[in-house]
Amino acid sequence: MTSLIARAKELLENKTVQVVIGYEAGPTGLARPAFITDPAKAESLIYDDRCVQNLAVYLTKREVKNIGKMAIVATLPVMRSIMMLISEQQLFADNIVVLGISDDGKLLDIADNKVMQGYIEKSDLSNPAKYKGLLAELNKLSPEEKFLYWQKELSKCIKCYACRQACPMCYCTRCTVEVNQPQWIPVKANTHGNMEWHILRAMHLAGRCISCGECGRACPVGIPCHLLTMQLTDQVYNYFKVYAGTSEKMSSVLSTYEPNDKESFII
Amino acid sequence: METIRKLIRKQSLEKLYNNLSTTRKVYAPVIASDKQVEYKYNPAFTDVTFDHIRSTLSVKNVVFPKVENLFYYTNKQTESTITDIDLNKIQEVVLWGAHPCDNAAFDTLRSIFCWDITDEFFAKRLEKLVVIGLSCHLSDEYCFCTSVGLAPNSTKGSDILLSRLKNGDYHADILTEKGNAIVSASPELFESVTNEEAEITSVKQKFNHEQVTAKLSGAFENPFWVANSLRCIGCGACTYVCPTCACFDIQDEARGKEGKRYRSWDSCGFGLFTLHTSGHNPRNVQSQRWRQRIMHKFSYMPERNNSLGCVGCGRCSSGCPVDMNIAEQLEALQNI
Repeated sequence: MTSLIARAKELLENKTVQVVIGYEAGPTGLARPAFITDPAKAESLIYDDRCVQNLAVYLTKREVKNIGKMAIVATLPVMRSIMMLISEQQLFADNIVVLGISDDGKLLDIADNKVMQGYIEKSDLSNPAKYKGLLAELNKLSPEEKFLYWQKELSKCIKCYACRQACPMCYCTRCTVEVNQPQWIPVKANTHGNMEWHILRAMHLAGRCISCGECGRACPVGIPCHLLTMQLTDQVYNYFKVYAGTSEKMSSVLSTYEPNDKESFII
Repeated sequence: METIRKLIRKQSLEKLYNNLSTTRKVYAPVIASDKQVEYKYNPAFTDVTFDHIRSTLSVKNVVFPKVENLFYYTNKQTESTITDIDLNKIQEVVLWGAHPCDNAAFDTLRSIFCWDITDEFFAKRLEKLVVIGLSCHLSDEYCFCTSVGLAPNSTKGSDILLSRLKNGDYHADILTEKGNAIVSASPELFESVTNEEAEITSVKQKFNHEQVTAKLSGAFENPFWVANSLRCIGCGACTYVCPTCACFDIQDEARGKEGKRYRSWDSCGFGLFTLHTSGHNPRNVQSQRWRQRIMHKFSYMPERNNSLGCVGCGRCSSGCPVDMNIAEQLEALQNI
């Protein structure tokens, strides 16, 4: 990781950026997001298998943006999140420096967004292999069995919204669940209200989810809620042949009309 | 009452559990299919775990449910009729095998819910609660009970405290009249103590809480808060898994002219938490919310409630998706 540290140091020293968003090791040995503003502290940056959080969530966070121009350590899901944020006008491409990390943990030379787009297009954009098996298992179930499975899982939800907060695509400053006139989604964490919340969340991410799995990883009670959005990623691909986060100008599949859209679902 | 120590053999413990669970609600920890430790009502004794470090959620649900109905109402033109909840229907619950940190948290919750006006719902549930605690023979790097004035075998909050002996039997410290009533109902299960020693884990002290409290009074504007909370993503995981966090939201849920008012857990980590109707929010960024969480537990509560707002269970840190480690931060705060 010497090249990453050297690059971070250089960017901070020549004042190209004011903060480098990366990972550092915490006292329990876990990797955690780090915000390096002092070139002398760039040494604490790490990148290894423990670095799992999707750092793109911080690109829209006010207190991080306040520091100044940002550089971000970006694996494929982070790069795809950045593309989505740019295409949804939440981020200006000129305002960030991408410190791309390849699948085998090497620093990539991402000079600009065209290069990043090229890298993304060459990559496998389908759901991560470790989740494909689980999705296939779930898809074998009958609709009734699936409903029971999700009812049981979602009854555990405590509505802490870690799934929403960990997701770079959930950047709304006021979420639908925080509107109470009218109350679209019940505030309380009962099975019914929980199901409404998770279905709404998944639908809002259909065609926008970049399959990082962060929502499920963040869940303190272990609900595999990432499988909901990943299932929709598969379905969106099947219908529209589109994966999210592949260009700066993505049009959202569920909110864009094209004359040649398939309409087979209309009876 | 004066503490009485008795011996309860492993097989007698099973009898005690079965006696209790056939006659009343017993809330006990089990390992769920996804390996998470959760509390369930009246699980089979063979499913009850005695070897867990911490359950995913705390046991506060038993006195402060995540959703609780407060009253029902019917509207007729300009008149409303209120139907109160019959608190006498709240059943007795035996909390089984909860660790000392969780049990000490009932006192902390009482200091909040019964601070000035007594919260009848909480008070009734606490009155109906009997706690058979279990000393810790296991701990991990997230535990810090010894830093907040507790220990792996603290008796605070327990009516009976069990401690496992090296031979697999248990010491039962009978601490209150409620505990004594349970022992008196099955005296044949309790024997005189032997010399066998209890297995108690050791938990390293990470900070001095009095020093932290003293430092916090002058630390409101310290740059520490921003620097150490940039990674906080603003979810409510830490507060919802916490045994002492007591904030709740109140909502009405109506269907036509009938409805109910309920309360449900809320979190100071949320952006909406202190948002005023005017649009102003006195805590409008995450660092201010994180500061509030620590200040509330380690400065405001000792000052106003004469009680520390943390029992050192470590759940907020082990459950945090971005490794916000509270003990690490408190250790740093005592030296700022």
